[in-house]
Amino acid sequence: MHTTDICVIGAGPVGLFSVFEAGLLKMRCHLMDALPQVGGQLSEIYPQKPIYDIPGYPEVKAQQLVDNLMQQIAPFQPSFTLGERVAQIQGNAADGFTVTTGDGTAVSCKVIVIAGGLGCFEPRKPVIERLEDFEGKGVSYIVKDPELFRDKEIILAGGGDSALDWTILLSGIAAKVTLVHRGDTFRGAPDSAEKVFRLAKDGKIGLVLKSNISRIEGNGHLKNVHITDDKNGVSILNADHLIPLFGLSPKLGPIADWGLQIEKSAIAVQTTDYATNIPGIYAIGDINTYPGKLKLILCGFHEAAMMAQSAFRYVYPDQRLSFKYTTVNGIHSF
Amino acid sequence: MMVPITIEDRSGQRQLIEVPDDMSLSLMEALKAYEYNILATCGGMALCATCHVQVLEGMEKLPPLNDVELDMLDTLPDVTANSRLACQLRIDKDLENAVFRICGQEI
Repeated sequence: MHTTDICVIGAGPVGLFSVFEAGLLKMRCHLMDALPQVGGQLSEIYPQKPIYDIPGYPEVKAQQLVDNLMQQIAPFQPSFTLGERVAQIQGNAADGFTVTTGDGTAVSCKVIVIAGGLGCFEPRKPVIERLEDFEGKGVSYIVKDPELFRDKEIILAGGGDSALDWTILLSGIAAKVTLVHRGDTFRGAPDSAEKVFRLAKDGKIGLVLKSNISRIEGNGHLKNVHITDDKNGVSILNADHLIPLFGLSPKLGPIADWGLQIEKSAIAVQTTDYATNIPGIYAIGDINTYPGKLKLILCGFHEAAMMAQSAFRYVYPDQRLSFKYTTVNGIHSF
Repeated sequence: MMVPITIEDRSGQRQLIEVPDDMSLSLMEALKAYEYNILATCGGMALCATCHVQVLEGMEKLPPLNDVELDMLDTLPDVTANSRLACQLRIDKDLENAVFRICGQEI
Protein backbone atom coordinates (compact mmCIF):
# COMPACT_ATOMS: atom_id res chain seq x y z
CA MET A 1 0.00 0.00 0.00
CA HIS A 2 1.47 3.32 -1.07
CA THR A 3 0.78 6.25 1.30
CA THR A 4 0.64 9.89 0.28
CA ASP A 5 -1.10 13.17 1.12
CA ILE A 6 -2.96 13.69 -2.14
CA CYS A 7 -3.85 11.07 -4.71
CA VAL A 8 -4.28 12.72 -8.11
CA ILE A 9 -6.36 10.67 -10.56
CA GLY A 10 -5.26 11.67 -14.04
CA ALA A 11 -1.73 12.71 -15.06
CA GLY A 12 -2.58 15.23 -17.76
CA PRO A 13 -1.31 18.82 -17.61
CA VAL A 14 -3.72 19.86 -14.86
CA GLY A 15 -3.03 16.77 -12.73
CA LEU A 16 0.70 17.37 -13.14
CA PHE A 17 0.48 21.05 -12.19
CA SER A 18 -1.53 20.24 -9.08
CA VAL A 19 1.66 18.52 -7.78
CA PHE A 20 3.41 21.90 -7.94
CA GLU A 21 0.63 23.80 -6.17
CA ALA A 22 0.34 21.06 -3.52
CA GLY A 23 4.12 20.91 -3.16
CA LEU A 24 4.36 24.62 -2.34
CA LEU A 25 2.17 23.82 0.67
CA LYS A 26 4.28 20.77 1.64
CA MET A 27 1.73 18.24 0.45
CA ARG A 28 3.00 15.14 -1.37
CA CYS A 29 1.22 13.72 -4.39
CA HIS A 30 0.84 10.35 -6.06
CA LEU A 31 -0.55 10.40 -9.61
CA MET A 32 -2.46 7.60 -11.31
CA ASP A 33 -3.37 7.31 -14.96
CA ALA A 34 -4.88 4.63 -17.17
CA LEU A 35 -2.47 5.62 -19.94
CA PRO A 36 1.05 4.20 -19.84
CA GLN A 37 2.64 7.67 -19.98
CA VAL A 38 2.03 11.06 -18.37
CA GLY A 39 0.49 13.99 -20.27
CA GLY A 40 -3.07 12.80 -20.85
CA GLN A 41 -4.60 14.03 -24.11
CA LEU A 42 -1.52 16.12 -24.86
CA SER A 43 0.82 13.14 -25.11
CA GLU A 44 -1.74 10.62 -26.35
CA ILE A 45 -3.67 12.61 -28.93
CA TYR A 46 -1.76 15.66 -30.11
CA PRO A 47 1.85 15.64 -28.87
CA GLN A 48 3.15 17.65 -31.83
CA LYS A 49 0.32 20.19 -32.02
CA PRO A 50 1.07 23.74 -30.93
CA ILE A 51 -0.85 25.36 -28.06
CA TYR A 52 -1.12 29.15 -28.15
CA ASP A 53 -2.95 30.11 -24.95
CA ILE A 54 -0.51 29.09 -22.23
CA PRO A 55 0.55 32.33 -20.49
CA GLY A 56 4.19 33.16 -21.15
CA TYR A 57 4.43 30.83 -24.15
CA PRO A 58 3.48 32.45 -27.48
CA GLU A 59 3.52 28.87 -28.79
CA VAL A 60 4.37 25.55 -27.16
CA LYS A 61 3.99 22.02 -28.53
CA ALA A 62 1.77 19.81 -26.38
CA GLN A 63 4.51 17.30 -25.54
CA GLN A 64 6.94 20.13 -24.75
CA LEU A 65 4.45 21.56 -22.26
CA VAL A 66 4.16 18.14 -20.59
CA ASP A 67 7.96 17.80 -20.45
CA ASN A 68 8.23 21.29 -18.93
CA LEU A 69 5.57 20.48 -16.33
CA MET A 70 7.45 17.30 -15.37
CA GLN A 71 10.57 19.42 -14.89
CA GLN A 72 8.62 22.01 -12.87
CA ILE A 73 7.17 19.43 -10.46
CA ALA A 74 10.36 17.33 -10.11
CA PRO A 75 11.44 19.10 -6.86
CA PHE A 76 8.27 17.81 -5.22
CA GLN A 77 9.09 14.17 -6.03
CA PRO A 78 5.70 12.94 -7.21
CA SER A 79 5.24 9.19 -7.48
CA PHE A 80 3.24 7.51 -10.26
CA THR A 81 1.08 4.52 -11.06
CA LEU A 82 0.73 4.47 -14.85
CA GLY A 83 -1.10 2.11 -17.20
CA GLU A 84 -3.68 1.22 -14.55
CA ARG A 85 -7.22 2.49 -14.35
CA VAL A 86 -8.59 3.54 -10.98
CA ALA A 87 -11.63 1.38 -10.29
CA GLN A 88 -12.65 2.21 -6.75
CA ILE A 89 -12.37 4.82 -4.04
CA GLN A 90 -13.21 4.02 -0.43
CA GLY A 91 -13.13 5.87 2.88
CA ASN A 92 -13.78 9.47 3.85
CA ALA A 93 -12.03 12.71 4.76
CA ALA A 94 -11.99 11.93 8.50
CA ASP A 95 -10.40 8.46 8.27
CA GLY A 96 -8.58 8.86 4.96
CA PHE A 97 -9.24 7.40 1.53
CA THR A 98 -8.03 4.32 -0.32
CA VAL A 99 -7.82 4.49 -4.10
CA THR A 100 -7.61 1.11 -5.87
CA THR A 101 -6.90 0.28 -9.51
CA GLY A 102 -8.33 -2.59 -11.52
CA ASP A 103 -4.92 -4.28 -11.22
CA GLY A 104 -5.10 -4.16 -7.43
CA THR A 105 -2.66 -1.31 -6.77
CA ALA A 106 -3.86 0.60 -3.70
CA VAL A 107 -2.96 4.11 -2.54
CA SER A 108 -3.82 5.50 0.88
CA CYS A 109 -4.34 9.28 1.01
CA LYS A 110 -5.98 12.16 2.86
CA VAL A 111 -7.32 13.96 -0.22
CA ILE A 112 -8.37 12.82 -3.68
CA VAL A 113 -8.04 15.12 -6.67
CA ILE A 114 -9.78 13.98 -9.82
CA ALA A 115 -8.07 15.53 -12.83
CA GLY A 116 -9.52 13.03 -15.25
CA GLY A 117 -9.90 15.24 -18.33
CA LEU A 118 -12.32 13.61 -20.75
CA GLY A 119 -12.34 10.45 -18.64
CA CYS A 120 -10.43 7.24 -19.26
CA PHE A 121 -9.17 6.51 -22.71
CA GLU A 122 -10.62 3.17 -23.71
CA PRO A 123 -10.03 1.23 -26.91
CA ARG A 124 -12.54 1.98 -29.64
CA LYS A 125 -14.41 -1.14 -30.55
CA PRO A 126 -15.59 -1.84 -34.08
CA VAL A 127 -19.22 -2.83 -34.46
CA ILE A 128 -19.07 -6.62 -34.72
CA GLU A 129 -21.75 -8.85 -33.28
CA ARG A 130 -20.65 -10.80 -30.16
CA LEU A 131 -17.27 -9.04 -30.16
CA GLU A 132 -17.41 -8.61 -26.39
CA ASP A 133 -18.16 -12.31 -25.84
CA PHE A 134 -14.71 -13.08 -27.19
CA GLU A 135 -12.79 -10.47 -25.21
CA GLY A 136 -9.99 -12.30 -23.44
CA LYS A 137 -10.88 -15.37 -25.53
CA GLY A 138 -9.06 -14.37 -28.68
CA VAL A 139 -10.09 -10.71 -28.98
CA SER A 140 -7.84 -8.04 -27.49
CA TYR A 141 -7.51 -4.32 -28.17
CA ILE A 142 -3.98 -3.80 -26.95
CA VAL A 143 -0.83 -5.88 -27.23
CA LYS A 144 0.59 -6.16 -23.74
CA ASP A 145 2.88 -9.12 -24.33
CA PRO A 146 3.77 -9.97 -27.95
CA GLU A 147 5.00 -13.40 -26.79
CA LEU A 148 1.37 -14.45 -26.27
CA PHE A 149 1.05 -14.50 -30.04
CA ARG A 150 4.08 -16.66 -30.80
CA ASP A 151 3.26 -19.28 -33.48
CA LYS A 152 -0.41 -18.25 -33.51
CA GLU A 153 -2.61 -17.07 -36.38
CA ILE A 154 -3.36 -13.39 -35.86
CA ILE A 155 -5.67 -10.93 -37.58
CA LEU A 156 -5.20 -7.21 -36.98
CA ALA A 157 -7.69 -4.55 -38.07
CA GLY A 158 -7.11 -0.83 -38.52
CA GLY A 159 -5.22 1.69 -40.62
CA GLY A 160 -3.32 3.86 -38.16
CA ASP A 161 0.20 3.78 -36.80
CA SER A 162 -0.43 1.16 -34.15
CA ALA A 163 -2.02 -1.26 -36.65
CA LEU A 164 1.03 -0.89 -38.93
CA ASP A 165 3.59 -1.11 -36.12
CA TRP A 166 2.07 -4.21 -34.54
CA THR A 167 1.67 -5.88 -37.93
CA ILE A 168 5.39 -5.39 -38.56
CA LEU A 169 6.41 -6.52 -35.09
CA LEU A 170 4.12 -9.54 -34.88
CA SER A 171 5.06 -10.71 -38.39
CA GLY A 172 8.31 -11.91 -36.84
CA ILE A 173 6.60 -13.68 -33.94
CA ALA A 174 3.25 -15.13 -35.01
CA ALA A 175 2.79 -18.07 -37.36
CA LYS A 176 0.57 -16.00 -39.62
CA VAL A 177 -0.37 -12.30 -39.57
CA THR A 178 -3.17 -10.74 -41.62
CA LEU A 179 -3.94 -7.02 -41.60
CA VAL A 180 -7.46 -5.97 -42.55
CA HIS A 181 -8.03 -2.32 -43.45
CA ARG A 182 -11.09 -0.47 -44.64
CA GLY A 183 -9.15 1.74 -47.08
CA ASP A 184 -6.39 1.00 -49.55
CA THR A 185 -4.02 3.63 -48.20
CA PHE A 186 -2.68 4.03 -44.68
CA ARG A 187 -2.65 7.23 -42.68
CA GLY A 188 0.17 5.97 -40.46
CA ALA A 189 3.84 6.77 -40.93
CA PRO A 190 4.79 6.36 -44.62
CA ASP A 191 7.82 4.17 -43.90
CA SER A 192 5.74 1.82 -41.75
CA ALA A 193 3.16 1.60 -44.55
CA GLU A 194 5.90 0.87 -47.06
CA LYS A 195 7.26 -1.89 -44.81
CA VAL A 196 3.80 -3.46 -44.52
CA PHE A 197 3.28 -3.40 -48.31
CA ARG A 198 6.74 -5.00 -48.74
CA LEU A 199 5.99 -7.73 -46.19
CA ALA A 200 2.75 -8.46 -48.05
CA LYS A 201 4.54 -8.55 -51.42
CA ASP A 202 7.10 -11.00 -50.02
CA GLY A 203 4.27 -13.22 -48.75
CA LYS A 204 5.28 -12.69 -45.09
CA ILE A 205 1.88 -11.27 -44.10
CA GLY A 206 -1.64 -11.22 -45.51
CA LEU A 207 -2.93 -7.76 -46.42
CA VAL A 208 -6.67 -7.44 -47.02
CA LEU A 209 -7.61 -3.92 -48.15
CA LYS A 210 -10.97 -2.22 -48.76
CA SER A 211 -12.47 -4.71 -46.35
CA ASN A 212 -14.03 -4.90 -42.93
CA ILE A 213 -14.41 -7.61 -40.34
CA SER A 214 -18.09 -8.51 -40.45
CA ARG A 215 -18.44 -11.50 -38.19
CA ILE A 216 -16.49 -13.60 -35.69
CA GLU A 217 -17.10 -17.18 -34.63
CA GLY A 218 -15.74 -19.62 -32.14
CA ASN A 219 -16.65 -22.07 -29.46
CA GLY A 220 -15.44 -20.63 -26.16
CA HIS A 221 -12.45 -19.19 -28.04
CA LEU A 222 -12.13 -17.31 -31.30
CA LYS A 223 -11.82 -19.61 -34.30
CA ASN A 224 -12.95 -17.86 -37.51
CA VAL A 225 -13.15 -14.29 -38.75
CA HIS A 226 -15.39 -13.26 -41.65
CA ILE A 227 -14.04 -10.45 -43.82
CA THR A 228 -16.34 -8.57 -46.19
CA ASP A 229 -14.85 -6.55 -49.05
CA ASP A 230 -16.27 -3.42 -50.66
CA LYS A 231 -18.08 -5.56 -53.26
CA ASN A 232 -19.74 -7.63 -50.52
CA GLY A 233 -17.56 -10.66 -51.16
CA VAL A 234 -16.95 -12.61 -47.96
CA SER A 235 -13.86 -14.61 -47.08
CA ILE A 236 -13.44 -16.64 -43.91
CA LEU A 237 -10.05 -16.89 -42.21
CA ASN A 238 -8.96 -19.04 -39.30
CA ALA A 239 -7.69 -16.97 -36.41
CA ASP A 240 -6.48 -17.64 -32.88
CA HIS A 241 -6.48 -13.91 -32.15
CA LEU A 242 -8.16 -10.79 -33.47
CA ILE A 243 -6.68 -7.42 -32.53
CA PRO A 244 -8.84 -4.44 -33.58
CA LEU A 245 -6.69 -1.30 -33.38
CA PHE A 246 -8.94 1.73 -33.84
CA GLY A 247 -7.33 4.03 -31.33
CA LEU A 248 -8.73 5.24 -28.05
CA SER A 249 -11.84 7.13 -27.14
CA PRO A 250 -12.56 8.96 -23.88
CA LYS A 251 -15.22 7.60 -21.52
CA LEU A 252 -16.16 8.74 -18.03
CA GLY A 253 -15.76 5.12 -16.87
CA PRO A 254 -15.83 4.11 -13.18
CA ILE A 255 -15.78 7.77 -12.02
CA ALA A 256 -19.53 7.78 -12.64
CA ASP A 257 -20.05 5.22 -9.83
CA TRP A 258 -18.28 6.97 -6.95
CA GLY A 259 -21.24 8.89 -5.58
CA LEU A 260 -20.10 12.19 -7.06
CA GLN A 261 -22.62 14.63 -8.45
CA ILE A 262 -22.42 14.19 -12.22
CA GLU A 263 -23.89 16.68 -14.68
CA LYS A 264 -23.62 16.12 -18.42
CA SER A 265 -20.74 13.63 -18.02
CA ALA A 266 -18.78 16.05 -15.81
CA ILE A 267 -18.34 16.37 -12.04
CA ALA A 268 -20.18 19.30 -10.44
CA VAL A 269 -17.93 21.42 -8.17
CA GLN A 270 -17.96 24.54 -6.01
CA THR A 271 -16.14 27.43 -7.64
CA THR A 272 -14.53 28.57 -4.38
CA ASP A 273 -12.16 25.60 -4.24
CA TYR A 274 -13.35 23.05 -6.84
CA ALA A 275 -14.59 20.72 -4.11
CA THR A 276 -17.06 18.01 -5.13
CA ASN A 277 -20.11 16.99 -3.10
CA ILE A 278 -17.89 14.57 -1.11
CA PRO A 279 -15.62 16.28 1.48
CA GLY A 280 -11.95 15.68 0.72
CA ILE A 281 -12.54 14.96 -2.97
CA TYR A 282 -11.83 17.69 -5.53
CA ALA A 283 -12.26 17.75 -9.30
CA ILE A 284 -10.17 20.03 -11.53
CA GLY A 285 -9.65 20.53 -15.25
CA ASP A 286 -11.85 19.30 -18.09
CA ILE A 287 -13.63 16.74 -15.90
CA ASN A 288 -15.42 19.31 -13.74
CA THR A 289 -18.35 21.59 -14.48
CA TYR A 290 -19.68 24.81 -12.96
CA PRO A 291 -21.46 27.88 -14.29
CA GLY A 292 -19.15 29.53 -16.81
CA LYS A 293 -16.76 26.58 -17.04
CA LEU A 294 -14.20 26.82 -19.83
CA LYS A 295 -12.36 23.67 -20.85
CA LEU A 296 -8.94 25.28 -21.07
CA ILE A 297 -5.62 24.07 -19.68
CA LEU A 298 -4.99 27.51 -18.19
CA CYS A 299 -8.30 27.37 -16.29
CA GLY A 300 -7.30 23.93 -14.98
CA PHE A 301 -4.04 25.41 -13.68
CA HIS A 302 -6.01 28.07 -11.79
CA GLU A 303 -8.32 25.41 -10.38
CA ALA A 304 -5.28 23.42 -9.19
CA ALA A 305 -4.01 26.44 -7.21
CA MET A 306 -7.37 27.07 -5.54
CA MET A 307 -7.83 23.36 -4.79
CA ALA A 308 -4.45 23.09 -3.06
CA GLN A 309 -5.24 25.94 -0.65
CA SER A 310 -8.47 24.20 0.32
CA ALA A 311 -7.00 20.67 0.50
CA PHE A 312 -4.41 21.87 3.03
CA ARG A 313 -6.94 21.71 5.89
CA TYR A 314 -7.45 17.95 5.31
CA VAL A 315 -3.73 17.21 5.11
CA TYR A 316 -2.67 19.50 8.00
CA PRO A 317 -5.83 19.99 10.10
CA ASP A 318 -3.85 21.50 13.02
CA GLN A 319 -1.89 24.04 11.00
CA ARG A 320 -2.78 27.48 9.75
CA LEU A 321 -2.06 28.24 6.15
CA SER A 322 -0.01 31.32 5.34
CA PHE A 323 0.00 32.32 1.71
CA LYS A 324 3.49 32.80 0.22
CA TYR A 325 4.82 33.92 -3.15
CA THR A 326 7.43 31.78 -4.89
CA THR A 327 9.25 34.98 -5.83
CA VAL A 328 9.78 35.82 -2.18
CA ASN A 329 10.15 32.31 -0.82
CA GLY A 330 11.58 30.25 -3.64
CA ILE A 331 10.72 26.57 -3.92
CA HIS A 332 11.56 24.22 -1.09
CA SER A 333 11.67 20.69 -2.40
CA PHE A 334 10.99 17.70 -0.19
CA MET B 1 -21.92 35.37 -45.87
CA MET B 2 -24.53 33.52 -43.84
CA VAL B 3 -24.89 29.84 -44.75
CA PRO B 4 -28.45 28.50 -44.43
CA ILE B 5 -28.54 24.97 -42.98
CA THR B 6 -31.52 22.90 -41.87
CA ILE B 7 -31.20 20.87 -38.67
CA GLU B 8 -33.56 18.07 -37.72
CA ASP B 9 -33.49 17.47 -33.97
CA ARG B 10 -34.13 14.21 -32.16
CA SER B 11 -37.88 14.73 -32.14
CA GLY B 12 -37.96 15.17 -35.92
CA GLN B 13 -38.49 18.96 -35.70
CA ARG B 14 -36.70 20.89 -38.43
CA GLN B 15 -35.24 24.36 -38.00
CA LEU B 16 -33.42 26.56 -40.50
CA ILE B 17 -30.31 28.10 -38.97
CA GLU B 18 -28.03 30.66 -40.57
CA VAL B 19 -24.35 30.36 -39.71
CA PRO B 20 -21.57 32.80 -40.67
CA ASP B 21 -18.83 31.28 -42.82
CA ASP B 22 -16.14 33.76 -41.76
CA MET B 23 -15.64 32.56 -38.17
CA SER B 24 -14.03 29.23 -39.13
CA LEU B 25 -16.74 27.37 -37.24
CA SER B 26 -17.38 23.67 -37.57
CA LEU B 27 -20.93 22.38 -37.84
CA MET B 28 -20.47 20.90 -34.34
CA GLU B 29 -19.62 24.34 -32.91
CA ALA B 30 -22.62 25.86 -34.66
CA LEU B 31 -24.92 23.17 -33.24
CA LYS B 32 -23.54 23.82 -29.75
CA ALA B 33 -24.03 27.57 -30.19
CA TYR B 34 -27.67 26.92 -31.11
CA GLU B 35 -27.92 24.76 -27.97
CA TYR B 36 -28.75 21.53 -29.75
CA ASN B 37 -28.54 18.44 -27.57
CA ILE B 38 -25.14 17.07 -28.59
CA LEU B 39 -22.34 15.99 -26.27
CA ALA B 40 -19.31 16.74 -28.47
CA THR B 41 -17.13 15.41 -25.66
CA CYS B 42 -13.72 15.81 -27.26
CA GLY B 43 -14.20 19.33 -28.57
CA GLY B 44 -13.61 18.62 -32.23
CA MET B 45 -10.65 16.27 -32.39
CA ALA B 46 -12.58 13.43 -34.06
CA LEU B 47 -12.04 11.34 -30.95
CA CYS B 48 -15.45 10.55 -29.60
CA ALA B 49 -18.09 10.49 -32.36
CA THR B 50 -20.64 12.13 -30.05
CA CYS B 51 -21.35 14.75 -32.74
CA HIS B 52 -22.51 12.13 -35.25
CA VAL B 53 -25.01 13.56 -37.78
CA GLN B 54 -26.80 12.08 -40.76
CA VAL B 55 -26.86 14.08 -43.98
CA LEU B 56 -30.46 13.96 -45.21
CA GLU B 57 -29.86 16.36 -48.12
CA GLY B 58 -26.75 17.81 -49.72
CA MET B 59 -24.30 14.92 -49.17
CA GLU B 60 -22.95 15.25 -52.74
CA LYS B 61 -21.71 18.80 -52.08
CA LEU B 62 -19.81 17.99 -48.89
CA PRO B 63 -16.03 17.50 -48.88
CA PRO B 64 -15.02 13.82 -48.74
CA LEU B 65 -14.50 12.08 -45.41
CA ASN B 66 -10.97 11.97 -44.09
CA ASP B 67 -9.41 8.80 -42.67
CA VAL B 68 -9.75 9.87 -39.04
CA GLU B 69 -13.45 10.54 -39.53
CA LEU B 70 -13.97 7.23 -41.34
CA ASP B 71 -12.18 5.30 -38.61
CA MET B 72 -14.29 6.95 -35.96
CA LEU B 73 -17.56 6.32 -37.82
CA ASP B 74 -16.51 2.67 -38.22
CA THR B 75 -16.87 2.23 -34.49
CA LEU B 76 -20.47 3.50 -34.31
CA PRO B 77 -23.32 1.01 -34.05
CA ASP B 78 -25.74 3.33 -35.87
CA VAL B 79 -23.50 4.44 -38.73
CA THR B 80 -25.15 4.89 -42.14
CA ALA B 81 -23.87 5.70 -45.63
CA ASN B 82 -24.80 9.34 -44.94
CA SER B 83 -23.09 9.63 -41.56
CA ARG B 84 -20.61 12.42 -40.84
CA LEU B 85 -18.97 13.89 -37.76
CA ALA B 86 -20.22 17.46 -37.36
CA CYS B 87 -16.85 18.53 -35.92
CA GLN B 88 -15.11 17.65 -39.18
CA LEU B 89 -17.41 19.79 -41.37
CA ARG B 90 -16.37 23.43 -41.79
CA ILE B 91 -19.17 25.93 -42.25
CA ASP B 92 -18.84 27.16 -45.82
CA LYS B 93 -20.70 27.26 -49.13
CA ASP B 94 -20.57 23.44 -49.41
CA LEU B 95 -23.08 23.19 -46.58
CA GLU B 96 -25.57 25.64 -48.10
CA ASN B 97 -29.14 24.27 -47.91
CA ALA B 98 -27.94 20.92 -46.55
CA VAL B 99 -30.18 19.06 -44.10
CA PHE B 100 -28.61 17.32 -41.09
CA ARG B 101 -30.21 15.00 -38.55
CA ILE B 102 -28.66 14.93 -35.07
CA CYS B 103 -27.76 11.37 -34.00
CA GLY B 104 -24.89 11.21 -31.49
CA GLN B 105 -25.24 10.50 -27.80
CA GLU B 106 -27.61 12.82 -25.92
CA ILE B 107 -26.33 15.04 -23.12
